[in-house]
Amino acid sequence: MTTEPKPSDGSLIGASVARQEDPRLVSGRGRFTDDLRLPGMLYAQFVRSRVAHGTVTSLDLAPVLEVPGVVAAYSADDLKLVDITARLDRPVSEFVPTGMPVLARDRVRYAGEPLAVVVARDPYAAEDGVEAAKVEYDLRQPVTSAAQALAPEATLVHDEAPANTLLDVSMFATEGIDEVFAEAGHVVTVNTSTGRQNALPLETRGAVAEWDDRDRQLSLTTSSQVPHQVRTVAAACLGMDESAVRVIVPDMGGGFGLKCVVGREEIVTAAAALRLRRPVKWTEDRKDALTASFLGREQHYDARAAFSAEGRLLALDADIVCDMGAYSCYPFTAGIEPMMASSEMPSVYRLPAYRVRARAVTTNKAPSAPYRGVSRPQYVQVVERLFERAARELGMDAVELRRRNLITEFPYTGVNNVTYDPGSYLESLNLCEQTMRDEGWYELRERAAAEGRHLGIGYSCFSERTGYGSKAFAQRKMEVVPGFDISEVRMDVSGALVVTTGTMSHGQSHETTFAQIAASELGLELSRVRVHQGDTNRVTYGWGTYASRSVSIGGSAVRRAARQLGEKLCAIAAARWDVPVAEVELGRAAVRHRADGAQLTFAELADVAYLKSHLLPPELEPGLSETASFDVSTDGTFSNATHGTVVELHPGTGQVEILRYVCVEDCGVAINPRVVDGQTRGGIAQGVAGALFERITYDDQGEPSATSFMDYKVPTALETPEVSVHHLETPCAFTETGAKGVGEGGTIGAPAAVLNAVNDALTPTGVELDSTPVTPETVARALEHAS
Amino acid sequence: MTASTPPHSTAQYENSQLVSLQVNGETYEVVTEARRTLADVLRQDLGLTGTHLACEHGICGACTVLLDGAPARACLMFAAQAEGSAVRTVESLADGEELSDLQQAFSDHHGLQCGFCTSGFLMLAEGFLAERPEPSRAEIRETVASNLCRCTGYQTIVDAIEDCATKRRAAFQAQLDGESP
Repeated sequence: MTTEPKPSDGSLIGASVARQEDPRLVSGRGRFTDDLRLPGMLYAQFVRSRVAHGTVTSLDLAPVLEVPGVVAAYSADDLKLVDITARLDRPVSEFVPTGMPVLARDRVRYAGEPLAVVVARDPYAAEDGVEAAKVEYDLRQPVTSAAQALAPEATLVHDEAPANTLLDVSMFATEGIDEVFAEAGHVVTVNTSTGRQNALPLETRGAVAEWDDRDRQLSLTTSSQVPHQVRTVAAACLGMDESAVRVIVPDMGGGFGLKCVVGREEIVTAAAALRLRRPVKWTEDRKDALTASFLGREQHYDARAAFSAEGRLLALDADIVCDMGAYSCYPFTAGIEPMMASSEMPSVYRLPAYRVRARAVTTNKAPSAPYRGVSRPQYVQVVERLFERAARELGMDAVELRRRNLITEFPYTGVNNVTYDPGSYLESLNLCEQTMRDEGWYELRERAAAEGRHLGIGYSCFSERTGYGSKAFAQRKMEVVPGFDISEVRMDVSGALVVTTGTMSHGQSHETTFAQIAASELGLELSRVRVHQGDTNRVTYGWGTYASRSVSIGGSAVRRAARQLGEKLCAIAAARWDVPVAEVELGRAAVRHRADGAQLTFAELADVAYLKSHLLPPELEPGLSETASFDVSTDGTFSNATHGTVVELHPGTGQVEILRYVCVEDCGVAINPRVVDGQTRGGIAQGVAGALFERITYDDQGEPSATSFMDYKVPTALETPEVSVHHLETPCAFTETGAKGVGEGGTIGAPAAVLNAVNDALTPTGVELDSTPVTPETVARALEHAS
Repeated sequence: MTASTPPHSTAQYENSQLVSLQVNGETYEVVTEARRTLADVLRQDLGLTGTHLACEHGICGACTVLLDGAPARACLMFAAQAEGSAVRTVESLADGEELSDLQQAFSDHHGLQCGFCTSGFLMLAEGFLAERPEPSRAEIRETVASNLCRCTGYQTIVDAIEDCATKRRAAFQAQLDGESP
C-alpha cells in the first residue's frame, strides 16, 4: 500500500510547480484587506473593556464625538444587533448555549471585549476617539483559571451556565474499564496542562464594509477563512436577507484557525457602514490581536493508561478540561476542543477500552477558536507521554512499545467508533527511527552524556483526521453542520479555465494546487487555469478552509466539476463529428477522435458552445460551466506522521536547543510536494512554539500580561529548527485525487516530540516534565536539581 | 450617535507639515500630521501597500524598508524623519513583470506562504546582501531572525537568501573571469 512518491508522469499531480500566488506577493502587489481604500472611506476602532469581569454602569460616548475627525460612535444600544449564538444539538445537561453580543451590552466578560465602535476620518483620529470614551464599571470577581471556574461557589461568567461549564460530555465509556485498570499489570498517569496560545497570523483581523447602492448589497471585505459563515452570521445579526450580503476575502496574511470563526468586529464594521452609508474600514492592532481576538489550546488532562506486562495497551481513561474563555465561537461552539479531544484521543494505537469525560469551562479571558491542530497537539502530547512513562516502567524501549501497539491493519474501527482508513503508521515510525540511527544521534547522545552534556531524543506518532465531512461534524451534534464544498469550473471562449471554490486559501497555495487538479483533469497548461476564491457571490455556499479539509474536500469538488466539464466537451465534439461519445477522449487541451486522431481544440469547442450555439444538438445547453460538490460520507481520511527530534539542554540558561528534526509524513497523494513540505515545516514551527515558547497569561484580575511581542515570545529563525521531511504515500481511497489533508499535522506532532526529547535529556535528573510550554526556568531548575 | 458638528474640516492640518520624501527614485510632497509614521504615509498617502504592518512596535519587521540602503522599520519612524533619505520599498525590486533574482529565489524555494511578511524579509535580505555579499548560512539565519514569519518555519527563507547570494557571487565571478585577459 505504501510507496515512495513517484516522480510526475507528466500529469501535474505530484509536481512541485511554481506557485501562481508568488509573483504578486513578492512584488508587494498582493491585495490584503488593509490595502483597500475606497472613496469616502472612514476608519473604525473599538472602545474595549478595561476590566475582565463587570457590569457597565455608564458608557459615555459624548466626549468621543468632540474629538477632531470623529464622525460617529455607536454602542450596542445604538446598533441593536442580534447576538452571535453557536449551538450544539445537545441537552442543557451537556451543552449550554450562550449568546455573544456583537457589542457588549451591560456585562463585560474579558479585558478587551468590544463595547463601542468609533468611526473617524482617519485611523489616528479613530484612536483618539477611543481614548476619549468614558466607561464606568461595577467590578465582579474575575474567573481566571479552569480551577477557579470549577470551584464551588465560583462567580458565574454566564448566569445560565452553572459551574461555569459550557460543555460536559462523556462520549465513550467502555463497559468494564475499571476492572481492566484494576487487573492491569501496569498503570501510568499523566497530569498535564498546555499553555493558552495565540494562533498569530501576521496579518491581524480586519474588514472593509460598504453599502453598494447599485447591487443593493452590503459588501463586506474581511480577512476570514470562512467567507460564507461570515455572510450567514452578518445577515442574521443585521436582520438582512443573506443574498443582500456579499463577503469578499482578498489575500490573507495567515489564519491558522483564528480566522475560521466569525468575529464581532467585522459585523460591527458592517453595521457602521450601513448606518453611515459610507465605506468603513477596521484594522485590528497587535495589542487587540494578542488580547482581544481568539485564543486557544489551554487544556488540562488527567489521564491514565493500563498496559499488560508484554506492553499491550489495555485501556485509556481521561478527564479533560478546556479553558475556552468567555464565549462560544461560531459555528463550532466552546465544545470544539473537548469534543475533538474526546473523539480522537485513542490516536494511532489499538485500544480495547476507553473512557473520557471532557468539559469546556468558561472564564474571563478572550474566547477560544480552533487553532491549527485543535486539541490534537494536546492529546498527542498526553498519549505520547503515557507511552514514554509506560516504557520506563516496563523497562522497554519506548519506540518498541509504540511499535507493539500501532494500528497496522486497515480499515481499523476503534473503540471511539471511528474507522481509520489506510495509513503508514508503522512504516513512518520505522523510517523515522532508522533515520535517527543512521545519522548517529544515538551514539552522539552517549558521547555527550559522557562529556556531561544533556542530549535527548524524542518521538511522536500520530494521525490527523482530515476531510471531515458532514457525517463527522453531525456526529459532534453541531447545529450548523459543515462538510461539503462546491466548485464551479468554467471555460471561457478562448478555452481557458476559471475554477471557483468555496474554500479559502490563506497561505496554503490553493491557487496553485487547485489549478493543478483542474489542469490535470483536462490536460490544460497550468497558466491557463485561474482559481477564484473568497467571494460569496460566486459560490452558493462553502465551508472555507480549516481542519485540513481544502484539498481533500474542496479539491475533490474541483476534480468532479472539471470531469463534468470534460464530459461536456467530449459530448460537443462527438456531436460535431456525429459519432458516439464513446469514440472520443480528452487529449491535451483538445478532444480527440480515438480512431482517426482527429481533434477539436478546447478553443474550437468553446467557440461552438458560446459563439455558434446553433450547432449544438438540442440536448446540450450553450456555455461551458459545470458545478459539482463533494462531501465525505465516511469518517474522513487520516494523514499520519512520526516526528523525531534531538535536543540539547543548556545548564544555566535552561535553553532547549533543537539539534535535529525529522518528520516522516504521509498525506496520501501530494498534489504539490513542495507545498506539502512547506505546510509541514511551518506547522512544526508552530508546534515548537507551543512546546517551548508561547503562553498567554493573565494576572489575578484577569488582565492579560502579553500585550505586545515584547511579552509574547514568537520564535524567530534562531529558535526554529531546520526540518527534514520524508514522504510516504498511502493514497486515500475516496477523495478524487487520493490526497489527504496536510495543513495541521506538523503542529500536532511537534509538542510531543520535543517534550519527549527534553525528558529523555532529563533522564539522569529524575525530573519528568509533562506540561508545555517548557520554559528555560523549568529546564534550568531541573538541571540544577540534578547537580 | 453621530458627531453633530461638521467634522472639523481644518483640524487635521493644525499639526500638519509638508514632508518631502524620496521613495523608489521618485520625489513626493506630502502634507501630513507630524505624528504619522513612515509606514502609514507609504501605504495610505503614496499607495505603496506592499509595505505591511503587523505589529507597529518594531518587532516583526513586516514593514522593513531600506533607508539609504540599510534595513529600517517603517513603523518606528515618523514620515518626517525620512526626509533627506532615499527610501526603497518592495515595489522597487521587480522590473515590471521581471522579478529580481531575490524575489525569484523566494518563489523558487517556497520562501513564502501567505506572503504577508514577505516584503519585510525581501527588503531585509536586499539590504543585508548589499552589505554582506558572502554570508555564511549561520549569518543569514541570524539576520532572518530580525523578522517574524508565521507560515514557513524560516528554513526556506534562509534557503532563498543563500541561493540568491550564491548566484550573485557566481555571476560576479563570471563577470570578473570574462574581464580578465
